[in-house]
Order: sequence, then structure tokens, then C-alpha cells
Amino acid sequence: MRNRVMVVVATVSLVVGLWLTAMPAAAQAPAAGFPAYRAPRAADGHPDLNGIWQALTTANFDVQDHEARPGLHPELEGAYDAQHAGQGIVEGGAIPYRPEMLAKKKENFEKRAIANPPHGEEPPIGDPELKCWMPGVPRATYMPFPFQIVQTPDFILMTYEFNGTSRIIRMNWKEEAPVDSFMGWNRGHWEGETLVVDVTGFNDQTWFDRAGDFHSDALHVVERYTALSPYHLQYEATIEDPKVFTRPWKISLPLYRRVEKNVQVMEFKCVPFVEELLYGGLVKKAR
Amino acid sequence: MSHRSLTSLGVLAVMSLPAVLIAGQAQTTAAKPPATTPGAAKTASPAKTWTPPHTPWGDPDLQGVYNYATSTLMQRPRNVGDKQVLSEDEAAEVQEELAFALNRDRRDGGTQADANRAYNDFWMNPLRLKLTQDKRTSLIVDPPNGRMPPTVPATPEKQKERAVAAAMNARFNNGFMASYTDGDVGNRCIIRRRNEGGGHPYLPSIYNNVAQIFQSPGYVVIYAEMIHFSRIIPVDGRPHLSQDVKTWLGDPRGHWEGDTLVVETTNFRSDDSMGRPLGRTGVVWGGADPDTYKITERFTRVGPDQINYAVTMSDPHTWTQPITMLIPFNKTNDQIYEYGCQETNYDMYHWLSGARAREAKGEVFNPNAPGARAGGAEGGGGEQEER
Repeated sequence: MRNRVMVVVATVSLVVGLWLTAMPAAAQAPAAGFPAYRAPRAADGHPDLNGIWQALTTANFDVQDHEARPGLHPELEGAYDAQHAGQGIVEGGAIPYRPEMLAKKKENFEKRAIANPPHGEEPPIGDPELKCWMPGVPRATYMPFPFQIVQTPDFILMTYEFNGTSRIIRMNWKEEAPVDSFMGWNRGHWEGETLVVDVTGFNDQTWFDRAGDFHSDALHVVERYTALSPYHLQYEATIEDPKVFTRPWKISLPLYRRVEKNVQVMEFKCVPFVEELLYGGLVKKAR
Repeated sequence: MSHRSLTSLGVLAVMSLPAVLIAGQAQTTAAKPPATTPGAAKTASPAKTWTPPHTPWGDPDLQGVYNYATSTLMQRPRNVGDKQVLSEDEAAEVQEELAFALNRDRRDGGTQADANRAYNDFWMNPLRLKLTQDKRTSLIVDPPNGRMPPTVPATPEKQKERAVAAAMNARFNNGFMASYTDGDVGNRCIIRRRNEGGGHPYLPSIYNNVAQIFQSPGYVVIYAEMIHFSRIIPVDGRPHLSQDVKTWLGDPRGHWEGDTLVVETTNFRSDDSMGRPLGRTGVVWGGADPDTYKITERFTRVGPDQINYAVTMSDPHTWTQPITMLIPFNKTNDQIYEYGCQETNYDMYHWLSGARAREAKGEVFNPNAPGARAGGAEGGGGEQEER
């Protein structure tokens, strides 16, 4: 009983306190079918979110609703490379792009596999994932790879299997982002049952999916991690970027605990897989 | 540079320091200071009453951000004989000379030296100019002479591998990379070079000697900033991965011996995961054979602000005996930031396009030409050279 009261209180203070007022309390509601749940506590009294987690979604293909599509090279790879159909994770269905930004998304998609090497003089082309770049936030969360949460009172490490990307969430931290980055500047706090991570300081180099959905360096993401059961987290992210979108929008999806005996985040160092793609044209040709 | 002053000093007899220091690792109290030298008198570790903190679930608490830079050389200079620890005065002199030797703004070495000094003081952590607090003459504490043990004669196969690596080195060092595979693991942004401190063993390098340690029940995670390398170490007694799964970083398993975290790491890969040999620096330290290489690391918190890191490497195919180094991890208030590498690896583009441009002008690389540089690490650092 007491749990439920606390959740209600937290929700009210959230609605009052945050800029999110346009998108109220769904944030705290358990996903359909889940009764109210109070997570086991870490030593500091906050919910214990430690563990290895993974999304089961096709959002990395496209965060919006999408049908099955052929891969880039069906003549070589047949069904191997084909994309699954999937239901989107965007609340309300569509990303609220500024009309003039839709062309950029389309271009991104069309050129997603035309990768140029990092150059410094011309803008990068192609999906950052294809080039084994850090995937950004929130994309890292719903890529088809697990990640591990290592929770301490002052710092929470989230370390992702994809290219060993990591980010450090600084709890109750005041300092603003010192510099732009791929995984952003992550500051966290607890709101009752929920870990809230405020992410700023992004560069404009990451995408949301393989469909070319993108953002600018004005991106601001607020993530919420709430345990639904010992084996599920509800993940929500509110995405704000006035240069690209007409209003903030939200994604939500469950994360599943990996429970296999001795399961571990494996190593996926993808650089060797992309070097020929990036640099093959600069390799000395045999005479 | 340090030769001169060190040679002029008498050789002091000391007790067997390595034995003392290593014994200290396995105990719950701080390492005992070496007793007999003046230089060591002030190295006393924190008060004996200090008890290492523990996490709420009972593991020794190693957490924090640490810097393991030091100017103490890996190998003991030959001219100091068996002296293991410097006096205060000797140490001060060595540090002064180091400050001069490492001053990259000098212009007294000619063009090539200038180019090699491009990584100037900006890159250098101040700790890089300080000897270990106990003023040892080498990071190696075993073999007791502080030097690398004799190597095992290379097999014909290994000699062939080394010749291939030397050719890659020569192309790289002379600006004629044929392919990205002439880059080493660091140039290629896969992992940091083993001899540059970003991976186990954690060895001091010119810059970026920082790591943050996180702990949760059953895990210790060491996050080295450079090339963003989170090393997740299970400490829950689980077995290693199958030998069918080789990795760049190795598969670590930890356990506690008293207040010491002991980590053993296996499953190192011997190719670049595309079936090609790893030429220039290999994937494990010291050019060892990944299949027989063994690394055991011991982390002991000896005070509020210091972890003693004792690391032992062995490989019967490479060295005649194991090597143990002792390196202090010093707690710092600095933070760990994101380190992109692949994302902005402009170097690779420029190395390759530069080489192709030279070829287009008719230049041909001749490794035997006068002035061609055969090997060695490029300006970014590399293993501490012996001065």
C-alpha cells in the first residue's frame, strides 16, 4: 500500500516540477499487466537496477512502425540481411519533424551505407552504426546487444556490448557538459522508484536508427528507468531538439534481464569489420 | 640523461625489496616500507591502523578514479647496479633530469627529434615526472635485478612473424602504410596498445593513465578512458569462457585473497578477427604468444588514496621466467570523459592518403635506404624507453 502512495507522490512532484508537463504521468504507470512493484534496495536505499539488460525490439531498424524490407544486398545475403517488421516505440506513432528536416532523414536513409572515412574536412556520410561508432543515446539502449548497469551511489556505469561503448552517469551532479560527445553528458537522480538520467552535450553525429532518424547538437534526452519486476525495466526517453523537431517526443520500451547462467556482456569490437568499407579505397593496390 | 648522475652515486646495499613488497600485496595491511634505505624511510604507507573500507556487501572497496602515471622506469638502469631505491637527493636529481629529458619544447635534436616531440607537455600528466613514492629504480620487482629476463629463442615461425611485423613497422614509420593493417591495435582504434597503459597490464605511458573502478555485487569494472575500455571482471567464482571464444581484451575472472583483488585473464586472440595476423604490437603485452601468455594482477588498497598494483606476466614461449611489476594507482579528483577514437580517426585517412599521394608522385619506399626508420614506436609514446 505504502508503495503505491509513494509512486503517486513521486508522479505528482514530477508533473509539477519538470518541463515535461506536456507529456504527463504515463511516465510512472506500469506497463500493461504489471502490478505495482517495489524493487529490492541497494545499500543506499534506492532501487537496485544492477544487472545485464537487453531490449527485444526492432527499433534499431526504425523507431517508427515499419514493415519487413530487404537488406542492402539481397542478391548476396538473401534473408540474412533482411530487416524485420516491427511496431514502433514512438509514443503517438510519428516523430514530429520540422517539415524542412524530413528531406535530411530521407537522404540519411538513402546514403546509410555510403560510408566515408573520418576526414575532418567533409561531413561524415552513412549510418554511424555501420561505421562502428558509438551509437549515442537512446539508440545504445535498444540496439540488439545487451548492456550492463553497474550501480553505485555516486556514479552509475552503463556499459554496452556494441563496441564496448560506456557512459558514466554522474549522480546529482551540477557541472554542465564540458564538451560535446557521442554518448552525451549524463547526470542522474532518483525520483522514487525511477532512475532519471538527463543527457545533454551531444554532438550531431549519432542517429536514432538505420532509417536515418537524426538529431542536431541541440539534442536533450531525459531517460527514465523503472523496475517493473525482478526481470523487467520500463525504459522511457523524452527527446527534445528544437532545431529538428516541433515538440518533445517520447519513446518507451521494456528492457529484459538476461538471466542465463553465467551470462556476460561479450566483446564486440567491430572496427576490424568496417576498415575495408572505410579505408579500402586508400589501400595500396597490388601491381 | 639520468646515466650521469646515477653512475656517480655509490651503490647502496638494500634488503630484498621485491620479496617485501610482494608479500605486502597479499596481506590486509599496507605494504611494509623497505626498511634499510634513507630514501625509503619516508615511504611509510598510511598509518598502520588504517583499514581498507568494504562495500555494503562485504567486498574490499577499490572504487575511485586512479592515475597510474610515474616516471619510474620499467627496467632498472644498468648503471645503478642492484640499487633498488634512491635516496631523497638522488630521486630529486633524477626527477629534475627527467623534466629536462621530457621537455618536448627543446629544439636541440634536429628535425626528426622535433617531429617526435610533437606530443609536448600539454599531453603529459605531472605524475609522469614523479618517481614512485618509494623511489624505486624500476617498476619490475621480479626478476630481482629489476630487468626483463632473458628471452626464449624464437622459433622459425615466430621469426617469420617478427619479420612481417618489422616490415609493417618500417612502412608505418616511413609514411608508406600499404594498408590499414599496417597500423597497430591503437592506430586502428581497436584497443589501446598493451605497452601504453590502456590495458592490462596497466603501465604508465605519456598520457591518459587514468581509470575508474566501479563495483557491484559480483563484479569489479575497470573503465580505462582511452579507447573507452570497460573491463568487466566477474568476482562470483564463475568459470572462464570456453576457449572457443577468443577476445581482444581477454576474459578476466577475479577473486579476493584477503583484501586483495586477484584477476586472471585468458582467451586472448591471436588474429585481428578477420583472419589476419596482428603484426606490429600484437594483442598481448611484450610480443608474447597469446595462447600461452598468462597475466595475474593483484590490486590492494593500501591507503585512502592508493592501490598497489602488482602484475605478473609469464609465457614459456617468450621469457625464461615470469615478470612482476609493482605500480602505484594514485587516486585523483579528475574525472573520466568520453574518448572517441574510431569516430574521429583522421590519422588513418591521412596516413593512407599520404602514402598514396607519395606513390603517385613516383616515390618508392626502400626500407634499406639511408635514413629509413626500421622500427620503434611513433611519437605517441610507446613503452618507456631506457635512458
